[in-house]
Amino acid sequence: MASLIQCPHCGARPKEEFSIKGSAEAERPAPDAAEDAWFEYVYQRDNPIGRIEEYWQHTSGCRRWLVVERDSGVHTVYRVLDATAARSSE
Amino acid sequence: MRYSAFQIFKNALGGNTGWKPVWREPEPKPKYDVVIAGGGGHGLATAYYLAHEFGVRNICVLEKSYIGSGNVGRNTTIIRSNYLLEGNTPFYELSLKLWEGLEQDFNFNAMVSQRGVVNLVHTDGQRDAARRRGNAMRMHGVDAEYLDAQAVRDMLPFLDYRNARFPIKGGLIQRRGGTVRHDAVAWGFARGADSYGVDIIQNCAMTGVRRDGNRIVGVETSKGFIECGKLALCAAGHSSHVAEMAGLKLPIESHVLQAFVSEGLKPFIDTVVTYGAGHFYISQSDKGGLVFGGDIDGYNSYARRGNLATVEHVMEAGVAMIPALSRIKVLRSWGGIMDMSMDGTPIIDKTPLDNLYVNAGWCYGGFKATPASGWCYAHLIAKDAPHPVATRLRLDRFRRGYLVDERGAGAQPNLH
Repeated sequence: MASLIQCPHCGARPKEEFSIKGSAEAERPAPDAAEDAWFEYVYQRDNPIGRIEEYWQHTSGCRRWLVVERDSGVHTVYRVLDATAARSSE
Repeated sequence: MRYSAFQIFKNALGGNTGWKPVWREPEPKPKYDVVIAGGGGHGLATAYYLAHEFGVRNICVLEKSYIGSGNVGRNTTIIRSNYLLEGNTPFYELSLKLWEGLEQDFNFNAMVSQRGVVNLVHTDGQRDAARRRGNAMRMHGVDAEYLDAQAVRDMLPFLDYRNARFPIKGGLIQRRGGTVRHDAVAWGFARGADSYGVDIIQNCAMTGVRRDGNRIVGVETSKGFIECGKLALCAAGHSSHVAEMAGLKLPIESHVLQAFVSEGLKPFIDTVVTYGAGHFYISQSDKGGLVFGGDIDGYNSYARRGNLATVEHVMEAGVAMIPALSRIKVLRSWGGIMDMSMDGTPIIDKTPLDNLYVNAGWCYGGFKATPASGWCYAHLIAKDAPHPVATRLRLDRFRRGYLVDERGAGAQPNLH
């Protein structure tokens, strides 16, 4: 993966400053959702080869949650947005 | 041909022109009783034990590249059964017992070397955990021995005993653990399976699955359609990908794990040692290279290469444990794709489809399990019932809440 990640708040920063949470594509179910919905969310994965969106936190920088769009097959990073901006643009 | 000292002698007299390729390269037949998708160690072992133990002979193994090109030829070759949890210990112990008799069984030199596996401990808490693990192993009939600080020092004089932050307080050793020549495992199982008439189809990728309701009819491949009685998925690294062809979603993420080998050295490390204060494990191959590795990089990847940050982390852990490592040169590093399951434990089970079976989720520990995985998967496919030591490795354990969380580290792969 790229050694430098373009944080929307801090600019280009080393990748090691970021913590990767995992897929940003699964929608968190409502607290009272059925067991099946929670099972799907917690355990099941699409695990695609290609473009994915992930939640990253800039833990050694601004500590903001970000949404990083990258390719799981070739490690290209396409886009980094603040998580709030990414969610409001949908 | 059965290999023996006599054959070596006889062929030497004949100018060594009598050796023949040890498996055929057949074209696929239109129909098989069992199609195994994935010609790695586990797929080949499954084919071998299906034919050798369970009398199922009309099998083909589909491999998208060549035999030994995947993780079976790219791992750190360690075998051990030092597991704590009930669902794991008997399974990995069966594997170790199979390793012990494997070369005689399939008549191929896999260079099984029981040189011992030492897990170092650095704190009182780690010592208690190691003793607990050792006791659990011994109650399952597995060998385990706790070494005090002096015993570790006598055995492994090259470790750093002056580290004030992480002093070496002892270690847990499994003397029956060790290393195996990994390529020979693939070749031995392939040769063994081929001798029973199993078709190993190399350079043939599965591209789709043809379904009729809840049954698998056959598989589409780059060499045409193949009808099958049963389809056995065995493509760790790409399990999600092949399962998706059958319309199945798995509790698995694919992550990259890096490994390293140094330049060849004179005999230096005669066992397998793991660091307790960082994730680092090392052994020395028979060619002299130090073979070592650490943690997964921690992000989803199918790219078969990792990040420099992880390389640096592994080297730091290694040098903290063995200061002399700072003076050796690394010859090669590589990355492989791991099927990371959500609890760190593999899956060998039936699926919601009638004649589809899944063997997946080996995380970074699939190599040591190769024979038992093949044996238990073959048992499941042949008898439609799980082998007694693999009953916890179910696909539906996540939904039902029966996780086998050996590391106890959390519910997502980059935590364990």
